Amino acid sequence: MKVLVCVKRVVDANVKISVKADGSGVERANLKMAMNPFDEIAVEEAVRLQESGKADETLVVSLGDKGCQETLRTALAMGIDRAILVESDTELQPLAVAKMLAAVVRREQPDLVILGKQAIDDDNNQTGQMLAALLGWGQGTFASQVTLSKNQLEVIREIDGGLETLALPLPAVVTADLRLNEPRYVKLPNIMKAKKKRLDVTCPDALGVDIQPRLEILKVEEPPVRSGGVKVADVAELVDKLRNEARVI
Amino acid sequence: MGVLIIAEHHNGQLAGATRNTVSAGVQLGEVSVLVAGEGCRGVADEVAALEGVTRVLLCDAGAYAEGLAEPLADLIVAIAKDHTHLLAPATTFGKNLMPRVAALLDVAQLSEVIEVVDADTFKRPIYAGNAIATVRSRDTRKVLTVRATAFEAAVAGSGTAPVEVVEAIADPGLSRFVSRALTESDRPELTAARVVISGGRGVGSKENFTLVEQLADKLNGAVGASRAAVDAGFVPNDYQVGQTGKIVAPELYVAVGISGAIQHLAGMKDSKVIVAINKDEDAPIFEVADYGLVADLFEVMPILIASLE
Ligand SMILES: Cc1cc2nc3c(=O)[nH]c(=O)nc-3n(C[C@H](O)[C@H](O)[C@H](O)COP(=O)(O)OP(=O)(O)OC[C@H]3O[C@@H](n4cnc5c(N)ncnc54)[C@H](O)[C@@H]3O)c2cc1C
Ligand SMILES: Nc1ncnc2c1ncn2[C@@H]1O[C@H](COP(=O)(O)O)[C@@H](O)[C@H]1O
Repeated sequence: MKVLVCVKRVVDANVKISVKADGSGVERANLKMAMNPFDEIAVEEAVRLQESGKADETLVVSLGDKGCQETLRTALAMGIDRAILVESDTELQPLAVAKMLAAVVRREQPDLVILGKQAIDDDNNQTGQMLAALLGWGQGTFASQVTLSKNQLEVIREIDGGLETLALPLPAVVTADLRLNEPRYVKLPNIMKAKKKRLDVTCPDALGVDIQPRLEILKVEEPPVRSGGVKVADVAELVDKLRNEARVI
Repeated sequence: MGVLIIAEHHNGQLAGATRNTVSAGVQLGEVSVLVAGEGCRGVADEVAALEGVTRVLLCDAGAYAEGLAEPLADLIVAIAKDHTHLLAPATTFGKNLMPRVAALLDVAQLSEVIEVVDADTFKRPIYAGNAIATVRSRDTRKVLTVRATAFEAAVAGSGTAPVEVVEAIADPGLSRFVSRALTESDRPELTAARVVISGGRGVGSKENFTLVEQLADKLNGAVGASRAAVDAGFVPNDYQVGQTGKIVAPELYVAVGISGAIQHLAGMKDSKVIVAINKDEDAPIFEVADYGLVADLFEVMPILIASLE
């Protein structure tokens, strides 16, 4: 059983971003970059499947600029066997990403593909579902537990009202939610070892995918700022303000 | 042509966010609503009465009973050709479904739309709501999920839109529903409540969360939580408010023992009035709070609850 994981390189979750003065986008120069947090969870899940003997091969893919090599090395240091970078300097939107991932899947023939549920930069939450559609596979999105048995996957999903369990025949696509697992920290010796693991580089053209953006970003602006209010001295003042000033209770 | 809205419903009840999605749809053209499920005639009738709905498409078949994305997406694609825009609420139902629909149609999808600028142009938050992007679609057909808190709910009017029956299509059999464990609660639904009281790591334990619950009950509110409180097991997963949880915008939001990380603010900063109770006067939550109370929550919560007797 072969597992493919997809990782996106994003601005670190702890960085507060700022909007460019000309409204053309978000300031990205010199920001700390990291693996999308949901993708760390996806990587961890794949590594655990291998460690428990359920998977015998793991593979990680990232699409983006050269910097993604660092992100892929992190995944390798966490325990993934091999990496593929689809190098592109142009902006990639989920449909194009899903098409390229589908091309990689057709070539590599994994039984299971694990993605994050959402990239925390564009907050799209689309790619896994799109990939499943393009491949004609079932999808287990927002997974908080994945159990693999012979040719079948049971996925517990985080839904608005609680939890839902689905059974999916393999091959299938899973997207990881926050509670699927707690990703490990990479240890220094593993970082060294990861440097020797195989990392292949290809490009969108080689995959035969049209990456022309379908969505045009016309403008990026700051959200309306909420000005902080006042500090109240005690509960009595709070209740008074809520009753008589804000009139919400 | 016109707009097709995918209704979300559970156990014969229309999910509230569908109504907000109808309001977004009305800005784009004539609204048809697809109600797919099993034994959902009642939902179709409810939708038919909503202000702004001109037609209801009812597809009643076992394959759609559990709202599985794979058969539903195939059905939607089969009827999509008659529509310029396909919309669903940005709930876990809509987010699971619409990207699949978009990919099958070979078009982009726009997530969490908060404003309709024109038929091709929309606004949506990115980077946990720290920036708002205005995005124009070049596709002939637009597939969107709609953030419910950004649009009014369409009211149940005197509307009597015709209900047309649509034939089911073959079930691709790519997934099977096993079970669902829904969080039981007598409180209002988190995303629709007028008042939300949320607790964070500072609340300390599952037992202590009764303080949050008691305040919620006094104000007929819903209970929410930060990710840290959910991860610690104080409350179920579906209580999480934030960038990767639920988006709420109640009249009153009270954050108790929550620091105010950007990922949390992303889910609640459009609330009308925000109250923060935190013992750390430098906690970032105070930067968005209309009323801040710097105090130990274990001291002030009992007093607050008692003073609302
Ligand atoms: C990919 C990703 C997605 C995320 N998504 C979300 C999300 O959707 N929603 C979300 O909430 N978070 C999310 N987070 C987590 C977020 O970054 C924060 O870690 C989290 O919101 C912190 O929760 P908290 O405020 O409860 O805990 P803390 O930050 O630990 O804050 C606890 C607060 O309680 C106060 N306190 C402690 N004791 C008391 C007391 N006795 N009385 C009064 N105050 C007290 C402290 O002063 C402190 O401010 C996400 C993070 C990542 C990386
Ligand atoms: N450029 C990319 N390279 C690899 N994986 C990606 C890329 N973009 C998105 N993904 C995967 O798709 C998931 C969802 O992303 P999104 O749909 O953009 O929110 C991410 O968590 C990744 O697992």
